[in-house]
Amino acid sequence: MAQAIAPNKPSPNKPSPNKPGANKLRRRKNLRPAGFDELGLRRALDDRMLPALVAAMAFLAALGLAGFFVAASLARHWQDGAASTLTVQVPDPGLAMEPGSARGETRRDRVVAMLARTPGVVSARALSDDELNELLAPWIGAGPNNGLERLTLPLPGVVQVRLGATPPKLDELERQLAAAVPRTLVESHQVWIGRLATLARSLQACAGGVLVVVAGVAAAVVAAATRAGLVQRRQAIEIVHGLGATDGYIAGRFTRRTTRLAAIGGLLGATAALPVLLGLAQLGAPFVSGGAEAASAGFPQLPALLWFGLPALPVAAGAIGFVTAQATVRSWLRRLP
Amino acid sequence: MIRFEGVGLSYPRSAAMQAGTVPDEAGRRRSDTREILRNLNFFLPDGEFRWLLGPSGAGKTSVLRLLYLAVRPTAGRLTILGADISTLNRTALPRLRRRIGVVFQDFRLLGHLSAFDNVALPLRLAGRPEGALTVDVMELLAWVGLDGRTDARPHELSGGEQQRVAIARAVVARPALLLADEPTGNLDDGQAERLMRLLKELNRLGTTVVIATHNDALVARHPAPALRLDQGRLLSARRN
Repeated sequence: MAQAIAPNKPSPNKPSPNKPGANKLRRRKNLRPAGFDELGLRRALDDRMLPALVAAMAFLAALGLAGFFVAASLARHWQDGAASTLTVQVPDPGLAMEPGSARGETRRDRVVAMLARTPGVVSARALSDDELNELLAPWIGAGPNNGLERLTLPLPGVVQVRLGATPPKLDELERQLAAAVPRTLVESHQVWIGRLATLARSLQACAGGVLVVVAGVAAAVVAAATRAGLVQRRQAIEIVHGLGATDGYIAGRFTRRTTRLAAIGGLLGATAALPVLLGLAQLGAPFVSGGAEAASAGFPQLPALLWFGLPALPVAAGAIGFVTAQATVRSWLRRLP
Repeated sequence: MIRFEGVGLSYPRSAAMQAGTVPDEAGRRRSDTREILRNLNFFLPDGEFRWLLGPSGAGKTSVLRLLYLAVRPTAGRLTILGADISTLNRTALPRLRRRIGVVFQDFRLLGHLSAFDNVALPLRLAGRPEGALTVDVMELLAWVGLDGRTDARPHELSGGEQQRVAIARAVVARPALLLADEPTGNLDDGQAERLMRLLKELNRLGTTVVIATHNDALVARHPAPALRLDQGRLLSARRN
């Protein structure tokens, strides 16, 4: 006995048969369970409430994340489209140019030829009557008794232009076209598409703000749960602290539990959000190029980054749980000597 | 080595009342501090044994709180186990606490842990491997007569049994300094004598032992130098 309690001297580890209690050592080898809970945190940090609250936050975060990526994708798509295409309208497209022009060349032919020669233009293609008919069908109807055949309106010719990486100056192009073929109009789409892109960027910023707010609320939820746990287990913490536990040891005990509970909540929230996002993607498929086909084939498309973002939610939730619990517990422990 | 040099301790008045260390003065609310200990000066070489004596409210518990690093002195200079507590960095205190064993009057056991886990806790906090700590814990539990109750929770134990668990926890890490506040309060005479033999044995092996008690009979049976306190002041540090 004296050897076992001698101050600061190691004692033999092997049990001696004639020492009291030695006969019980064999069944005592693995006495400390893996989840040894000396602070009693299983009672203090409820394993239902915290995951449920974090799951709700993760669900909202998943929606915000989807909004962020979709808005970013739309803004990029629209901006790219606005920068790379323009439409040229040619009134009286079938009229022949003046007698000096080459072999009955029409006004439309002249515009297309001029555009094709313009540096920075990749292609210039005049829409056919059928294509125009299809374009106007939503407004004037389609079929043999409807459409352009019934109309006596003088419709302009429409030339679709694709621009290269260094597009020409539009004002100058419009002036040149109008000088050669009077009343020709160049419509760049840039103003409207630019406004839509700005709107999409604003929505993206809002979605980002939602993510920040959700993360903040999740941190507040974890901090409140941790503080409640600290208050509830105050006596146990003070005892363990008095026995020589460091702040890092105690904070680690809290952190291990809050990280696990928050990550479980994040996983539940992200899992719950997935079918909702797939449903929204199905609804939005017709508005995305190539999306309708994929949706009809039974595979609604989510933004590619979302497939990385959704699995990251439990990780982010766990990280919020870890950092918040560490900060909360360490701050609380500083009041102890 | 323990050295008190002009050590004083003051609590904020509200905290002092809350802790029960000073009487409530008819509900008066004042924001000043209450001086609990005044100008304590004494020196304890390593391996000494001291009784800590004095009437209720004399400051015995406060001296013990200073010694087990629950509070820092608000005046003077305090050295414990060679470390200057007044200036020691807070991050260095846990290591020092692990060298100090304490038997509290109210035991302070963790109610959700078994007797074995309560006793093993200081060793686990010190990072002792499970295989290495089991022997010591079982030996101590057997020595205090609780080898059949290792899995019992504190609420399943009598007051005396709880106190024996607390004693085992205090000595299991073989502390350099052992402090006890009325350690025989819930023990019968036989158990009290066994405890005193253990404490003296620890002391003989080099542990500094300080025991606060009201038990005059116990002090008479085990004569040793005493620190006598009254109203926060040290009256004497002479042999009992």
